[in-house]
Amino acid sequence: MAANKQPRTIYICEGTGCVSGKSSDIRRALEEQVSAAGLADVRVDFTGCHGFCEQGPIAIVEPEGIFYTHLTVDDVPDIVQSHLVNNQPVERLFYKEPVSGQAIPLYKDISFYRIQRRIILRNCGHINPENIDDYIATGGYNSLQKVVSSMTPEQVVGEVKNSGLRGRGGAGFSTGTKWEFCQKAQGSPKYMICNADEGDPGAFMDRSIMEADPHTVIEGMTIAAYAIGASEGYIYIRAEYPLAVKRLHIALKQAEERGFLGKNILGSDFSFNIHVSEGAGAFVCGEETALMASIEGKRGMPQPRPPFPAQSGLWGKPTNINNVKSMATIPVIIDKGAEWYAAIGTEKSKGTAVFALTGKIANSGLVEVPMGITLREIIYDIGGGIPGGKDFKAVQTGGPSGGCLPASALDLPVDFERLAAAGSIMGSGGMIVADADTCMVDLARYFLSFTKAESCGKCVTCREGSAQMLEILTDITQGKGRPEDIDLLLELGDAIKSGSLCALGGTCPNPVLTTIRYFRDEYEAHINEKRCPAKACKSLTSFFILPDKCQGCGICLRNCPVEAISGGKRMIHIIDQDKCTRCGTCLGVCPVKFDAVVKVSGEEPEVPAEPIPVGEWKK
Amino acid sequence: MSSQTQDIIGGFSRDRSNLIPILQKVQGAENYISQEALAEIGCHLGISENDIYSVASFYAQFRFQRPGKHTIKVCLGTACHVKGGDLIAESVERELGIKPGQTTADGRYTLETVACIGACALAPTIVIDDEVQRKMTPQKVVELLRQKDASEDNGG
Repeated sequence: MAANKQPRTIYICEGTGCVSGKSSDIRRALEEQVSAAGLADVRVDFTGCHGFCEQGPIAIVEPEGIFYTHLTVDDVPDIVQSHLVNNQPVERLFYKEPVSGQAIPLYKDISFYRIQRRIILRNCGHINPENIDDYIATGGYNSLQKVVSSMTPEQVVGEVKNSGLRGRGGAGFSTGTKWEFCQKAQGSPKYMICNADEGDPGAFMDRSIMEADPHTVIEGMTIAAYAIGASEGYIYIRAEYPLAVKRLHIALKQAEERGFLGKNILGSDFSFNIHVSEGAGAFVCGEETALMASIEGKRGMPQPRPPFPAQSGLWGKPTNINNVKSMATIPVIIDKGAEWYAAIGTEKSKGTAVFALTGKIANSGLVEVPMGITLREIIYDIGGGIPGGKDFKAVQTGGPSGGCLPASALDLPVDFERLAAAGSIMGSGGMIVADADTCMVDLARYFLSFTKAESCGKCVTCREGSAQMLEILTDITQGKGRPEDIDLLLELGDAIKSGSLCALGGTCPNPVLTTIRYFRDEYEAHINEKRCPAKACKSLTSFFILPDKCQGCGICLRNCPVEAISGGKRMIHIIDQDKCTRCGTCLGVCPVKFDAVVKVSGEEPEVPAEPIPVGEWKK
Repeated sequence: MSSQTQDIIGGFSRDRSNLIPILQKVQGAENYISQEALAEIGCHLGISENDIYSVASFYAQFRFQRPGKHTIKVCLGTACHVKGGDLIAESVERELGIKPGQTTADGRYTLETVACIGACALAPTIVIDDEVQRKMTPQKVVELLRQKDASEDNGG
C-alpha cells in the first residue's frame, strides 16, 4: 500500500494527565514493539499536553492524524500490528462522540478540536517540548529574530498595542500599554517577569503550555524584554507543577545554547537571561506585588499601588509582569502582524481566550476560542454538553474571583466586558460547569473557604470579612441559616470589595454575590426549608434503601465503610442514619437493576425499623 | 541535619532572595524543615530564625514536622470539589485514621490537602508521593491504599 511508504510518527502525550495514566510506559512499549517489528519508517516520540486529558492517555499517528484515546500498555500490540504494520487503524481506540456515540478516527474531525481556534495552544500536543528543533520547525524563534534584527523597541511596543492584546492573567489590561510604561520608566536594570503562578483551583492551561510548548513562553518573554529594555527575567512558577518546571529548565538550556538567550542574542547587542523561581504555595502570589515580594525572599504580601511595578517593582526597579498565555501569544502577533490578530475577537476583546473546561461536562479539557463565542457554543458544541442527560445549571468562570452564571446567560458572547457585566470575570480561564447535582450555596462556600485560607491577613476586611462570610455560608449549608443571613452576606461582600488592597480580597465575594443574584431560591430553600435542592449538602441529605426495591443482595452492606447498614441474605437492608457519613458508596454499588438506594433532602421515605424479609414490606 | 543539607545551604550565595530556594532544596533533601536547618539557614543568610519562620510558615509548601514515608495529597481544587473531592478526603481520613497535616502512628503515611494540582480533567484526584491517581471514588481510594499496604508488607 502506498501509505506504507510514508514515514510516520506516533506521538504519545506525556503531559501531567496522561503521565498519570502511565503514558511513559506506553511509549516504551511502543518503542520496543515498533523496533521488534522492524518498522524503520515509524518513529515514536512524545508531546506535551493536548488539553484533552479526560480522554488520556492519548496518542496521535501523523501524518494521517489518527487520534487514539484511553490507551493502556495492552493496546500497544494492536496498534503496532493492525495499524502500523497492516494499515488498519484500531477502531476500538478511537474517540467516541459523547452524544451520538460515533467513533471519530481523525483528530481534526473531533468537534472538541474542530470548533476551537488554537493560537496560544498552537503547538500543544504537536511537538516534542524537550526538542528545540521541533519548535524551530514550526517557525519558532523567527519572531525573535525579526524583532532583534529589524524592529526598534518602540516598534515592538506599537505592534503589541495595535494588536489589542489584553493581559490573559485576569485583569485584561492592555499588554502593549503596560510594556510602554515600563519602557519609558527610568531606572536600571529592568526586570521582565512571567507570572506562571496559576493559582486558580480549576485552571491548568498555563501548566499545559509550559509542559507542551515551553519555548513559546521563552520567546515571548525575550521579545517583551527587548521591548522594555530588560536584562534579567524570571518565570515565577508553582512548585506544584514539577513537570512544567523540568521542561522549562530543559528549554532554557537549549535556548541559551542556540543563542536565543544570554549575551548578544542572535548577534545583536541585546542580552537577556531568564531564571526560574518556584512558588511555594500561596495563591496571593499571583498578585504582582506579592509575587515580587516572594522572589525577593519575603512573605508574599501585596503592597499598595502606586507605585506600579513599571516604576518600582522587583528590588525597586522597573518591572513588567505578564501571564504565560500573553507571552505565548506574542510570537504569533509579531509573526502575523497586529492587524491579523486584531481581526479576531470582539471590538474591545481581541484574539482568543483559553478556558479550562471542567466539572459536569462530557468533553473536559482545554478550549481555545475566539473572543465573542457564546457560552452555549463552548459548553455544548465543544464540550459536548452535560453527561448523563442532566440539565445544565450554572457555569463558574474566573475561579475564586469569578462568578456563577445561570442558563439564561448561555447565549452571552464571552469577552472581558460582557462577563463583567453579568457579574463574573474572564479571570485566568477556569470554567467549571455545574449540573442539577451541584449546590450553588456549597460552591460559594467552597470558594470562600479557599480565599479565607489564602488571605494573607493584611487587610482586615478581607481577613475577617471572609471568615465571617464563610461562617454564615457554612451555617446555611448545615441547615442553621437565618432569613437575615442573605442580606448580611450582601453587606459583607460590599465591605470586603471596597476595603481590600488587592484583587484577592476585592474579588473574593464574587462567587457569593453572583450565586445570590442568580440562585437566591437555593439559599432560601436551605434557610427556610432546611433542604438542599441539589442534595449535595451533607447535613441536609440522607440515604435510604427503598424497601419495595431492595432484594437483600448485601452488596451495600459489604461496601459500607462505616458499617451503617444492617440486613442479611434476602432481607431488606436498613441504613442507620446516626452512623451514616453520607459518603454515597451504597448508592454507587447498588445494582442498577434494583436501583434501591435513594438520596433525599427535606423528605424521608418510609422504611422498616429493622431488616425484614424481602417481599414482606407493607406501608 | 545531615552534612548534605549543610552543603546545600553553603552552596547558595548569602543573598536573601535565595531564602525560598534554600528552603525548597532543604525540604527536598530532608522532607521537612527542621529547627536545626532553620538556624543554619539564618546563620548563612544573616537573618533571624524568627524572620525565616515567618516567611516559611507563610507558604503552604513548607512543613516543620518530619513526614511519613509516603505523602498522600488529596486535591481539593474546584473541579475535584464539584466531583466529590471532600468524600475522597473523608475516605482517606477514615482509612488512615488521621486528619490532614497528620502522620499515621506507624510513620507510613502523611495526609495533606492541596488546592489544585492542575489535573482538573481527571477529577477527583489524589497524589501518592509524586504519582497522580485519576478519577477517584471513595471505594477506589480505599482499595488503592490497601493494595499499597499489601504490596509493601509482602515486598518488605
